[in-house]
Amino acid sequence: MNPFTLLARLVDEAPRRALVLLAVLVAVLLVAPVALDRYLLSVFFLIFWFATVGQAWNVMMGLCGQLSLGHALYVGLGGYVGAVLWVKFGISPAIAIVPAVLVAMAFGAAIGWLGFRFGIEGVYFALLTIAFAEVTRIGFDNWSYVGGAAGFFIPVTAGGGSAINLRGGPLLFYYVALALMVAAFVICAALRRSRLGHAWLAVREDPEAARALGINVFRAKMAAVIVSSAMTAVAGVVYAFYQSNLFPSQSFDIARSIEMILAPIIGGLGTLFGPILGAFILTPLGQTLIALVEKIAGRAIPGVNLVFYGAALMVMIWFAPNGIWPWLKKKLGIPEERS
Amino acid sequence: MLWSLYGNVLVQGVLTGLVYGLMALGLSVIFGVVRVVNFAHGEFAVVAMYAAFVLFRSFGLDPFLSMLPIAAAFFVIGYGLQRTLINPFVSRPEHEQFILLVGLAIIMVNGTLMIFGPDARSANLPYSFDSWEIGPIILDKVRVYAAIAALAVAALLFAFFRFTSTGVAIRACADNLVGAAVVGLNVKQLYALTFGLGLACVGAAGALMVTLTDATPMIAPAFTLLAFTIVIIGGMGSMAGAIVGGLLIGIAEAMASVVIAPSMKTMVSFGLLVLVLALRPQGLLGRRA
Amino acid sequence: MTTLLDVRGATKRFRGLTAVDNVSLSVSEGEIFAVIGPNGAGKTTLFNLIAGVMKPDAGSITFDGAPSAGVPPHELCRRGLARTFQIVRPFPELTVMENATIGAMMRAADMDAARAHAGEVLRRLDLWDRRDARAKSLTLPDRKRLECARALATEPRLLLLDEVMAGLRPTEVDRIVAILKDINREGVTILLIEHVMRATMALAGRIHVLHHGATIAEGTPDEVTRHPKVLESYLGAEAL
Ligand SMILES: Nc1ncnc2c1ncn2[C@@H]1O[C@H](COP(=O)(O)OP(=O)(O)O)[C@@H](O)[C@H]1O
Ligand SMILES: [Mg+2]
Repeated sequence: MNPFTLLARLVDEAPRRALVLLAVLVAVLLVAPVALDRYLLSVFFLIFWFATVGQAWNVMMGLCGQLSLGHALYVGLGGYVGAVLWVKFGISPAIAIVPAVLVAMAFGAAIGWLGFRFGIEGVYFALLTIAFAEVTRIGFDNWSYVGGAAGFFIPVTAGGGSAINLRGGPLLFYYVALALMVAAFVICAALRRSRLGHAWLAVREDPEAARALGINVFRAKMAAVIVSSAMTAVAGVVYAFYQSNLFPSQSFDIARSIEMILAPIIGGLGTLFGPILGAFILTPLGQTLIALVEKIAGRAIPGVNLVFYGAALMVMIWFAPNGIWPWLKKKLGIPEERS
Repeated sequence: MLWSLYGNVLVQGVLTGLVYGLMALGLSVIFGVVRVVNFAHGEFAVVAMYAAFVLFRSFGLDPFLSMLPIAAAFFVIGYGLQRTLINPFVSRPEHEQFILLVGLAIIMVNGTLMIFGPDARSANLPYSFDSWEIGPIILDKVRVYAAIAALAVAALLFAFFRFTSTGVAIRACADNLVGAAVVGLNVKQLYALTFGLGLACVGAAGALMVTLTDATPMIAPAFTLLAFTIVIIGGMGSMAGAIVGGLLIGIAEAMASVVIAPSMKTMVSFGLLVLVLALRPQGLLGRRA
Repeated sequence: MTTLLDVRGATKRFRGLTAVDNVSLSVSEGEIFAVIGPNGAGKTTLFNLIAGVMKPDAGSITFDGAPSAGVPPHELCRRGLARTFQIVRPFPELTVMENATIGAMMRAADMDAARAHAGEVLRRLDLWDRRDARAKSLTLPDRKRLECARALATEPRLLLLDEVMAGLRPTEVDRIVAILKDINREGVTILLIEHVMRATMALAGRIHVLHHGATIAEGTPDEVTRHPKVLESYLGAEAL
């Protein structure tokens, strides 16, 4: 099926009100930059970015039920591959996306193979994903070619950047991240309706029953980790060029892995709007909090936004373990998704 | 010459490993009975480290003494946490338990960060650099004390589970929840006790840890990982496994930092972890689920 | 008639216990074959061997002419063997329609075809009206029928049914019996485990009786009910 038929299909069959909501949202976001300053543009960049990686993580956890706590690994790998190819070989990130994605997929496949082959599940699998991210971090810390622990820097090309090479200001990154978020949504919506998506859901719900219905559980899980790592790596490339620097201690940090999974959890695990909604709620709140504390205390206090995130997580999981979107959906009168 | 180096490294690994083991023991006991993975384990260790640090700096209380009140306080905290926060999650899906505890962990580590800042703090005991020499082997005093203390706490816990009626009841709970409820054991109470004991272990281990290494908030996730790695290597829910795993990781880390490079020690523990997951997923001393 | 399933000397031990003890049976294309026996007789374990969930410790299993012991369940499903679970396992958070679609998609050309086929199966099992309900909200009889629907949606040649009528009221049992007869008439071979004797007698052409893992009798319903060993160890006990 070509992408346009697919798109048409999605539009035809999605609940009307959800579509209206989405269309309005995208339209507003397209023109919003006229009213946004640099700071707000960067906040929106973060929102879109977290919505994107949240969507990617949601493929594994929300659709296929595999808990990954090491998704920073794919962000870091994507970022490093993109940055190194650009700085050392002059290869545009537009092209470097391909090797970046391939490298992340290879790592994802290795983790998946090791975990799923040996029946490592739940928290054990989660630990394995953390372990891989940590090991990779240490590897990059000691790899002098990419700058080691001192980090790797992407020079800001003088005399105006070019969009295709991801050299530019906040406005460029605003639109790039918006495109990523929309693309991730469309891809996930298509996957959710596809054969593979249904296999994932079956595996998430009951692997034993899924096997009895002809689903190769190992293959489905492998597909999930590969798709998810690929999508995350794309976001990783963009993030590296946005930041213009990479440090192993940040790129592969477990704290980042955890920050990445907050939006889909708060928004609604396994739902398409959850990661977006979660990012739109959490990121602004966190940023406001940072700014507020800075104003009151007169200096930045690291960690405040995270304390807030932690509390939000606990409150959320206590009162609404399914997230905000399922609740909101009911309020808006949007019917359950059909298969 | 080389042999004395390896001998020293081995001894150091064993001594540190026992403290690691105590920390992991807390995680293992909680998982073995309550079936909840305490993802905030390393965070509790770090809070204990700071508690010991503050008690030492403000009141001159030696961490080897303050570990007792800290362990007691952690027991109470653990008991209360299980009673209020965790118990409603005991029968919820694994990922929900995980999210609850990750939330707690994030609050703890960043709360510590807000209060104490990111800089490493060290207790600097007056005898920090004292040591004994036995032939070619050099024993750091603090390391020996810490190891003995860790062993003592672990032994107490073993004795509790073996010889007291409450300990036996908790083991019964772990083996057969329904059966335990049927014969009238107060499962909630026993769970809370277990969580308290688990946190007491990590509290004591944290206090001991302050004598061995600097305290910084950011080390917390690494401790959680360390404890988790040890427990999986030793066998989830196996008490002896936690100690054995701790020793193994202690030795492996010490060896790796000398033979390869200090930065490689985590690599080696994760290598061990991957090996165990691949070859013996139930852990060295674990039973197949 | 050709043999569709052939079990020769299948044995499965759990530690000390021999759950299935040297059992041989063969199911012909098109028939309805029942396995009965008291609780713990090893019926479900036998099913698990046939469906590829477990590998027999000894003996051989042949499905559709090819050895099938140790072939993973999803592969066997592709070859045309579908099963239900004694303790039903619907996908609880998914809708009835999604549940059935997942069963149907293995053979369907695309998801539209899968949905269409799932719809047919649901109509057939009287679940069409409940298609948008989440599986976890269904009543037990509905869940049991969903379990059948999902298995049937894979378009099996052999359908393994593990106590699908247990716990149902007589009217519901009759409803399922009628449906199963219908399905069988269309060429699906059925191997069922049952406790509900009335239904088994009404459905099965041949019955195989297990006790403590071993075969004690096999034959038509009439033969089996008159078999002294069966009367003694199973039907007798049941009647008391
Ligand atoms: N996975 C297993 N591990 C150990 N014992 C089992 C297992 N599955 C079944 N059994 C035992 O095998 C015997 C046969 O069980 P089962 O096949 O479920 O009987 P039935 O379906 O006829 O009631 C029982 O004693 C049961 O306890
Ligand atoms: Mg049975």
